This record gives sequence, structure tokens and C-alpha cells, in this order.
Amino acid sequence: MTKTISLTLKIWRQNGPGEKGRLETYPADDISTDMSFLEMLDVINEKLTLSGQNPIAFDHDCREGICGMCGAVVNGRAHGPEKGTTLCQLHMRHFKDGDTIVIEPWRARTFPVIKDLVVDRGAFDTIIQAGGFISVNTGGTPDANAIPVAHQAAEKAMDAAACIGCGACVAACPNASAMLFLGAKISHLGLLPQGRPEAARRALNMLQAMDHLGFGNCTNERECEAECPKEISIVNIARLNREFFKAAFFSDQT
Amino acid sequence: MALDAKIPAGPLAEKWDRHRFELKMVNPANKRKYEVIVIGTGLAGGSAAASLAELGYNVKAFCIQDSPRRAHSIAAQGGINAAKNYPNDGDSIWRLFYDTVKGGDFRSREANVYRLAQVSNHIIDQCVAQGIPFAREYGGLLANRSFGGAQVSRTFYARGQTGQQLLLGAYSALSRQVAAGKVKLFVRRELLDVVIINGQARGIVVRDLISGALERYDAHAVVLCTGGYGNVFFLSTNAMTSNATAIYRAYKKGAFLANPCFTQIHPTCIPVHGTYQSKLTLMSESLRNDGRVWVPKKAGDKRAPGQIPESERDYFLEEKYPSFGNLVPRDVASRNAKEQCDQGKGVGETGLAVYLDFADAIKRDGKDVIENKYGNLFQMYEKITDENPYEAPMRIYPAVHYTMGGLWVDYNLMSTVDGLFVLGEANFSDHGANRLGASALMQGLADGYFVLPYTIGGYLAGAELPKISTDHPAFELSQQNVQSRISQLLSINGNRTVDDIQRHLGLIMWEYCGMSRNNEGLAKARVKVQQLREEFWKNARVPGSGTDFNQSLENAGRVADFLEFAELMIIDALARQESCGGHFNEAFQTEGHEARRDDKNFCHVAAWEYAGDGQDPRLHKEPLVFENVELSQRSYK
Repeated sequence: MTKTISLTLKIWRQNGPGEKGRLETYPADDISTDMSFLEMLDVINEKLTLSGQNPIAFDHDCREGICGMCGAVVNGRAHGPEKGTTLCQLHMRHFKDGDTIVIEPWRARTFPVIKDLVVDRGAFDTIIQAGGFISVNTGGTPDANAIPVAHQAAEKAMDAAACIGCGACVAACPNASAMLFLGAKISHLGLLPQGRPEAARRALNMLQAMDHLGFGNCTNERECEAECPKEISIVNIARLNREFFKAAFFSDQT
Repeated sequence: MALDAKIPAGPLAEKWDRHRFELKMVNPANKRKYEVIVIGTGLAGGSAAASLAELGYNVKAFCIQDSPRRAHSIAAQGGINAAKNYPNDGDSIWRLFYDTVKGGDFRSREANVYRLAQVSNHIIDQCVAQGIPFAREYGGLLANRSFGGAQVSRTFYARGQTGQQLLLGAYSALSRQVAAGKVKLFVRRELLDVVIINGQARGIVVRDLISGALERYDAHAVVLCTGGYGNVFFLSTNAMTSNATAIYRAYKKGAFLANPCFTQIHPTCIPVHGTYQSKLTLMSESLRNDGRVWVPKKAGDKRAPGQIPESERDYFLEEKYPSFGNLVPRDVASRNAKEQCDQGKGVGETGLAVYLDFADAIKRDGKDVIENKYGNLFQMYEKITDENPYEAPMRIYPAVHYTMGGLWVDYNLMSTVDGLFVLGEANFSDHGANRLGASALMQGLADGYFVLPYTIGGYLAGAELPKISTDHPAFELSQQNVQSRISQLLSINGNRTVDDIQRHLGLIMWEYCGMSRNNEGLAKARVKVQQLREEFWKNARVPGSGTDFNQSLENAGRVADFLEFAELMIIDALARQESCGGHFNEAFQTEGHEARRDDKNFCHVAAWEYAGDGQDPRLHKEPLVFENVELSQRSYK
């Protein structure tokens, strides 16, 4: 049933990467509970625009939970309180009339703030460039059914491949580790026969890139798993560790 | 100027092989001497940039998002078609070709569609080699499902996230080339002009969306892979940044725009629920494999769906189209849903919805099977509507989803501007007046992996391309124009937000240039769009400055272009005095309310040439010649 609620928003405002930021307070009245969180921000931005103030910058694109562009820390939780939900799919019916909501950007040294709630997640692309692929050129590939893949392996690979690269895992981790992101990609490719030839090299190179970029390591806090909007399991981190040890001790990769 | 589609001679099945042989080639050692700009990193752009780099070209790839992995191809749910015939149900390249031409209501180019069907099988091979986790049978082989508009199971899928997985495949190939130094990646950049020197596309002007700085890049060829223009309707299933600016800027520089009125309204979307709504969410068409579409037989029946007995339900698609049933093509399903709602039989609060019911499927296959097939879609539906589709039927309504129109391209995917290539949804080529489900992913990847890498070589090897730099006066002029437009937007300082104006534009387009059109309405819409455009330049408010991160300014530029583009769509719709596929003019329909084509007068591509601001665009016609299929009234009965 549609109803409306009124809220107090405390939103992180920061003009640019080097600038000092601060929380500013905005009233949000008559918010329909059928609205998404981002639509609520749209409404606030319309008001700010008309009253001569600068609207709040926030990243978003598909608004259906798949592109991974959106994200903010809402009351201390990456993507807000709902489990397995991106910010764009979080609806206002999960808040109560009179609530105060604190909205901040992802906090991590590797994700510098660009403006307000917008951060630079280019480090994720750098990690993928270090080895998050199977080295095949276009053309000349065998028939798709030439390599059977066990149903279970394909399903597990898909579970890992569902990662949207939003960065919530890094934002939620006390060490700002990217191990869940990495683990998901290593698992996705490593579980499939096509990905095996490069598995050792992939694990070593991607982990090295992660370290160089300044992400922390995993200390099994499991915050990443709890906040991941695609519910990627930390089993993937265990798999990453196994791949790494195998590669470091037993492969001919250096 | 006569349009030459450059369709190779010879029998249909041999055209592409023959053409590939006849195309001039760039020596492998010379490829590194060429620079190619690729705009957009979706399925078309990502696959093209990666494949060109693998061949040895130097590629500069640009995307509007913060990472190439986020392009809107990612949102495609259902699957990708190929003529593999793995299920042994009678599929073939010819059948895929025929279904696609027929599905497009005979308004696409035969030779292009045949080539698409031919390369479809290579796409699946390529994607599997890249590690796309397609659904598998227990024996380890690939699974297939059926999709709207086809009677064979030829659709490959990765749960309800096929677009995401295919895009991540292209993104991984692209990332590998970035690491190899063959692709230079530019993120958070928006194309604002194409630079043409001596009649050839030689560069671009983009805005760095973080700093606001305008930047110039030169190249030997420019490839636009910038997607569709569905957001001209404001509410659509497109992502928020999806826009027409790149293709519209190219149009203003001499590239013809083809069939802009061909837009696809997808039948299974979550209905509109409020004025603040920012976008519509699609529920994959694959749901129609198991869901049954119905409305109450009696108009105005407000009972809950569970209270309406079987005998008082109208399963209108199954009734009307017994052989395709719920799997009729999208345009047909959408129009029928609208027709039911127009008769007052729509359901839900607004009366603008029909039921999509899974009760029978759950009874037949069990909840687990249905959950396994559609779990993520059901979850998404519940998140948005707060209703559980395992218990109550979904409510769905059509929404703007895809645009078949786009920049005109020849068989080589080159526009009317030399060296300007257009791929994927941004071009007009393969879907005619209506796209079949699971064909967009196929086309994007066909263009990028398997067509452009050959045809661009043919162009580069044969063209005279003098050395230029970004200091050329054409770049200077282009940048000045872009700069003055930005200044103009920032100086309006009116009282209406850009979003508000875009919402208004969307209402006009949905009402008069949407699922069903008529001449009177279109004429009215044209005036309304002109008035709104005037209002925009007088009364829009664009806050902030041009020299930093300013999302309001970004959007204002896109809406300003939509306000011009919308008029072109209307002009095109008015010029096409027939109904075909997604273009349904009420004056031209059969007794059964199906689209009635006029093959005598309108069997052509309408390609529009920019003639200056305030001037009506010039129409050029490319006749469509069908040598291999017989034009018939589409029937799905």
C-alpha cells in the first residue's frame, strides 16, 4: 500500500577530490514508500536545483541492480539495510516515518571521492586488466559444445560471475580488501575448464595488482559477504587462497 | 545523394564469404599504423575495440560510465540467439534468418540479416571460449530455451543475466588489450562532436565528465557504438545515461538517420506507479515461456485475481494466436495488452496492466523448477512491487525498450560519412520494424566481433587518409561549437528543471508516437515538441558550472538533443503511411487489428539527412529488395 513518510537526511557533501567534506542536513518530506532510494534522492535534487543550490552528485545508471554503478553507505551499511540489494533497488518502504538517514560515499583509500557520493573505482579495472580474462582472440575457437562443462561447475561459476563490481565489499571491509571481488573473478574463470590453463598466472598477477593498488588483505570479518548485493559467498575467497597457494608453491609461474 | 548499401552480388548464402574475399586488406605489419576510435563499450563497442586491438590496430576506447563493464548491454536478461540447432528441433541459419526478417515485418535488409544468422554460431563459440558461464544440461552440454517469435529453442542464456555475462566477456577481452597496450581506455567521457575533415570522420571532441575539460582525439576512423535512444520517452527500460547525443551529433555532421520512428515497446515490464518514477523495469520475455497472460473477461472487474474463476478469465494471446500463444513477437503482445486495457479490462490500481500468471506452471513443474529458471526475476519483481509472484500473478505492462532505428549504415556498417562506422543498437540495420527477443545481443556481438574487424580493413586499405593532428581548424571549430552550447545551457537559468521537461517530452512521445499512432496525433505532437523545445531554451534551469563534475549539465545536453531528435521521430512516423512492426498507424490495420504494411509504397528504409536548423530534413529512400523471401502478412495464429 502506498503511503508517504518524512525523513531527515544527513548527506556527505564534498566538492572535489582534494577538498574537505562535511555532512549536511536536508529534510525529505512526503516521500512515497514505493519510491526507490535513488528516486528519493532525485526528488531532493529537484528541490535543491529549484532553490538555487547544487544538487547531490551520486553515481547511478541502470537502476535495476545490475550495472554496479550506484552505491553509498546508508546508516553505516553499504547499499543500505536490505540484504542482497543494490541502492537503486532499495525501496523507501524499508524506512519509517521520522527516521534520520546518514548517506556517505564508499570509504576506502583506493576509491578516492570525486564529488559528494561519487567515488573513483578505477582500481577494479586495473585488477581485471592484470589477469581477469581468458586469453583467446576473436575467431578460431572450437565448437561451443566441444568442451563439456559439468552442470554444477557452470552453476558455481555463474554464482561467482554474478559480481557487479560495485565496490560494496571494499567499503564494508575494515581492511578495505578487494578479496571478494578478486575471489569472484578467480572462481568464475578457474571453475571452468577454459580458464584452467591460465589459473596460476591469473591468481598471482591479480593478487599482486591488488596489493600494489593498496587494498588490504582478508582477515575473515565476513562483512563483504554480508553486504554484497549479489550475495557472493566468501567461499570464493577460500578458492582464491587455494589458487594462490597452488600457484605460488607448485606451479612453474614466478 | 543516392544511397548505396553496397550489398555484394551473388547468392544470399555466399555474399558474406565473397565480400570478405573481395575486401581490400591491411597488411598485418601496417595495422599498427592505424588509430581507431571506438565510442561506447557495450557489447558492440567492447567486442569491436578488443577485436581490432587483437588484429594490431591502435584503439582508443571511450565510455560514459566509470568503467567499460557498466554499459547498458549489461541489463539484457533473457538470452542470445544462434542457429546451432543443438536441440535438433529443426533450426538452421536459414530459419534464423527467415524468422528475423519476418519478425522485423520485412523492413530490414536481407543480406545483413542473413550474415547475422551466419555469424551467430561463431558468437556462441567465442563466448564459451571466453568463459561465459552459459546454462548447461547435466551432461555438460549447453542448454537452450525458446523465446518470443520463434518456434525453435535457439536461445542460449546465463540465468536471467545473459547480457551481463556477455558484456563481462567482451570487457575481459578489452581489459586484456588494455594490459597489452593496444587499447587506451578513457572512462567518464561523453562524445559531444564528431570531427570531419575532407569528408572523412577523423576525430572527436569529448567532455571529461570529472573535470569538465573538453578534449580532442584524432584517428583514421571513428566507430560509434552508443546504443539506443529509448530515453526520448523519459520512462523506458534504458539506463539513465542512455542517450541519442552521439548519433544525433553525427547526424548533424552528415550521417543519415534511418527509420527513427521504429521503436520497440516491450510487453513484459513492471507497470508505472508514480510521477516520481525514474525508469521502468523489464521482466525478461523468457517469462512468457511459462507465464500465461490474461485479463478478466468483464471490463471493470476489480476482484482480486484469485477470486476470478477460470471461466471468467480471458487468456487473450492464447485465444487469438493458438500456434504461438504467449510467445508472439513483442510488438504483437504489446499491442494486444494495450487493446485489452483500452477496453477497460486492465488490472491493478491504474488499470494499465495485465496479468502474467505462473500458477499453472508451478502446479505442473513445481516451485523449485520455476525458481531455478526465473528466481532472480521473481525476486526483482517482489523488491519493486512488494508482491510475491509465486502466490499472486505478476502485473505487467508494455514499456519502451529498444530502438530499431539509428544511423544508416551500408553492408560494411559505414554511415554516409566516410570512416564513420556505427555498430549495435546505434545503427538501424538488422531488426527492421520490430526486433525479436534475444536478437540484440546477437547483433551487437556480430557487429563487433565478426563484421567490423573485416570491413574496417577494407575502408582503411582503400582510403586516402592524409596526416592530420588535433590542431586542425576543424577540431578548433568543433570544440568552439561544443563550448558555446555548454555556455548557453548554463546561462538559461530558468525555473524548470531539466528532468521535468524531459518527463513532459516523454509524455508527449508516449501518447502520440508510442504503441499506436495516428496522423492527427503526430501532427499535434510535432507542434508540442517544438513548443517544449522553445520552453527548454527559455526556462530550463541548469545549475553549477561547466568546469567540474556536473550531472545536471550532462543531462541538460542530452535532453536538448532529445528535444530535436523527437521531432525527427515524429516526421519519420508521419512520412511512413503504413503500419509495420512496432510502427502502428491506426489508419492502416487489418480486420484483426494487425499492422497492415504497404509494400508497394513503403518497402524502403527512410534515411533522413540534416538540412540545417529549422529546416525540414531531407528524405532519402533505400529500396528494400527481397530476392529470397516472399513478403507476406505476418501471421502468428
